[in-house]
Amino acid sequence: MDFQLSEDNLMYRDAAREFAQKRLFPQASEFDEAAEIPKELYDELGKLGYFGMLIPEKYGGMGLDNLSYICAMEEFARGCAALMISLSVHNSLVGEALILHGTDGQKDKYLPRLATGEITGAYCLSEPGSGSDAGSLKATADFDKDSFILNGTKSFVTNAGLAGLFLVFALTDRSAGRKGVSCILVEQGAKGMIIGAKEKKMGLKGSDTREVSFDNCRIPSANLLGEKDHGLRIAFSLLSNGRIGVGSQAVGIAQAAYEEALKYSKIREQFGQAICNFQAIAFKLAEMAMRIDAARLLVHRAAWLKDQNLPHSIEASMAKLFASETANWVCNEAVQIHGGYGYMKEYAVERYFRDARVTEIYEGTSEVQKMVISRAILK
Amino acid sequence: MILSHKYEDYRQQIREFALSEIAPHARRLDQQQVFPYEHIPKLNELGLLGMVVPREYGGTFTDTLTYAIAVEEISRVCGSTGIILAAHNSLCTYPIYVFGTKEQREKYLPPICGGGELGSFGLTEPGAGSDAAGTKTTAIKKGDKWIINGTKCFITNASVGTTFITTAVTDKSKGAKGITAFILKRNLPGFNIGKKENKMGLRGSDTAFLHFDNVEIPDSDRLGPEGGGFKEFMITLDGGRISIGALGLGLAQGALDCALEYARASEEGGQPVADRQDIQFKLADISMQIEAARNFVYEAALAKDSGMKFTRLSAMAKLYASEAGHYASYWAMQILGDEGYTERYPVERIYRDVKLCEIGEGTSEIQRLVISRELLKGTS
Repeated sequence: MDFQLSEDNLMYRDAAREFAQKRLFPQASEFDEAAEIPKELYDELGKLGYFGMLIPEKYGGMGLDNLSYICAMEEFARGCAALMISLSVHNSLVGEALILHGTDGQKDKYLPRLATGEITGAYCLSEPGSGSDAGSLKATADFDKDSFILNGTKSFVTNAGLAGLFLVFALTDRSAGRKGVSCILVEQGAKGMIIGAKEKKMGLKGSDTREVSFDNCRIPSANLLGEKDHGLRIAFSLLSNGRIGVGSQAVGIAQAAYEEALKYSKIREQFGQAICNFQAIAFKLAEMAMRIDAARLLVHRAAWLKDQNLPHSIEASMAKLFASETANWVCNEAVQIHGGYGYMKEYAVERYFRDARVTEIYEGTSEVQKMVISRAILK
Repeated sequence: MILSHKYEDYRQQIREFALSEIAPHARRLDQQQVFPYEHIPKLNELGLLGMVVPREYGGTFTDTLTYAIAVEEISRVCGSTGIILAAHNSLCTYPIYVFGTKEQREKYLPPICGGGELGSFGLTEPGAGSDAAGTKTTAIKKGDKWIINGTKCFITNASVGTTFITTAVTDKSKGAKGITAFILKRNLPGFNIGKKENKMGLRGSDTAFLHFDNVEIPDSDRLGPEGGGFKEFMITLDGGRISIGALGLGLAQGALDCALEYARASEEGGQPVADRQDIQFKLADISMQIEAARNFVYEAALAKDSGMKFTRLSAMAKLYASEAGHYASYWAMQILGDEGYTERYPVERIYRDVKLCEIGEGTSEIQRLVISRELLKGTS
């Protein structure tokens, strides 16, 4: 058993860390207050190749292994969790869906542009009222001549306001339920696609989340991704990607909060000494370090299993569940260590506390992860 | 704890008021970060601004339980309004009443008890948070006047209050026993209020710095004896913690209200959310935490009025109710899922608001310190 990260893993992690600490962390609080991340930053990330981390080199991507990718994503989350989720949806859901299920023509058409960040990807699966249940979609895509006609509403679509390519799941066979869902590629500006107002969220405010609805939106049948009526296979093939990604996001947020708390506990003096000298604080720090380490190991294991083409869906759920709970626990204690300052927006832990919360909610709530795990162990 | 009709009728009265007058504004106060000036005359009308002070000074004091119920029911719909009440009553009107001379009571209480003005309490400093005895603000005696210099931070009602209590070191050689409390009016020369803090939650409430630059006040505005300040604010905080407990309790109940309504009304995958056993169990646990917190807060209120020493009890009530509030809003958000993370539902606001209860008027760590110290001393 080898717990060492490879040279490649470390190289990609360190490069992402350097960028995140220099370019993301110092501005993350402004992005949060403004509820927006400037486009220039996306352009910069695109130039550095971070929009094509998982895309093969022949399409202009970096072609990273999953573990290297996850190591880099943790660093982006540590610098700015809102930006990280934007990259995560683009790389591990939209890019990956095309890599796994696209025709050669679709790959040639979209992957090079996705790899450079010329177009950003958005993933439209959830609907109002179907949050945790991807099988009860109501959006429809009726076939008419050589087109699909999309109707319906998608909720909580990350990147919706800036995306150039939308992966939309809709019923192509209304009577077949889960077995009648197809995945359709919709380009920005399609007639009948309506991008809603930005969601006001508790955290990850910099990330662009919106409702996207379709009103008789006509899409050529060539834009069908994968097989007709088997779209949920695509969604299922991406589940672990999303979960391992959110796991790494949670670890990144937790690491950032822990470091802030560690630093603060050494400089803050009360009762005539640094507060890290008090056992109540020192023990909290010890427990933070322990939990983060365990969470990171679970996330790395899941990514590694995926790289080995070994089964990893339970491991991905466990990693996501454990890491997200860890992040919330750590961020809460980090706020406590900061006392009144931790409640103020001048201190980063205030943001981490809000950002961490969503990791237990999206990409399958903690309850969904427990369903996945319990079903598997009961089988 | 089963309360008599008198209390339940009172709760109903405050509940109705809170629902019609306070609740409709809660989201706006939070989003726009504005102080609810329009609430103040209404709170005053209902007698909520003099709740721990007797009638002779303009107050409406009946007992601490009544006060706790009022803070609970207001906080159930709006945490910002809850903290305004809690800080005003427990931290400003109460110490003036308990430690003030007859002249001070007559002069300072009527405007803030029934007069519609608000009070504020300046204790915390940038370098003296948990270690409140580490105060750096000084008051130097000059004839029959005191000259105050220093800075206080995170002061609730700072920009809106007319009457302030603050603490300052009057004899450095005596440590905690060299701290003295003073009453100040807002417009004294040299007394400046800093800009409003940008906080995680309770964004409708006002929190700011106080700056004292050679502020001159007469010795007749000294509150209690010289060197008595530390003891006075410890007593003040014992009572204040009951109201922070009530704030946490009310916020917790608000989270349960929302989760229950959502679980009953929403469907997921064609099945009512409330049919899921894990949702049912979470609702059960939230409700149990709230009931325990309510008993704790009410017991501390009764203990205070009974005249017994209640330091440990009020610290436990505050700690338990604030953690119950965190627990309740955390799991309520989980029940709502994606929706719970948005501003469409009050749960995310409650989750941010209630975090303050684990920090203000002594962090949870300080409560544990107080509880264990009392236990080990064998005093209560």
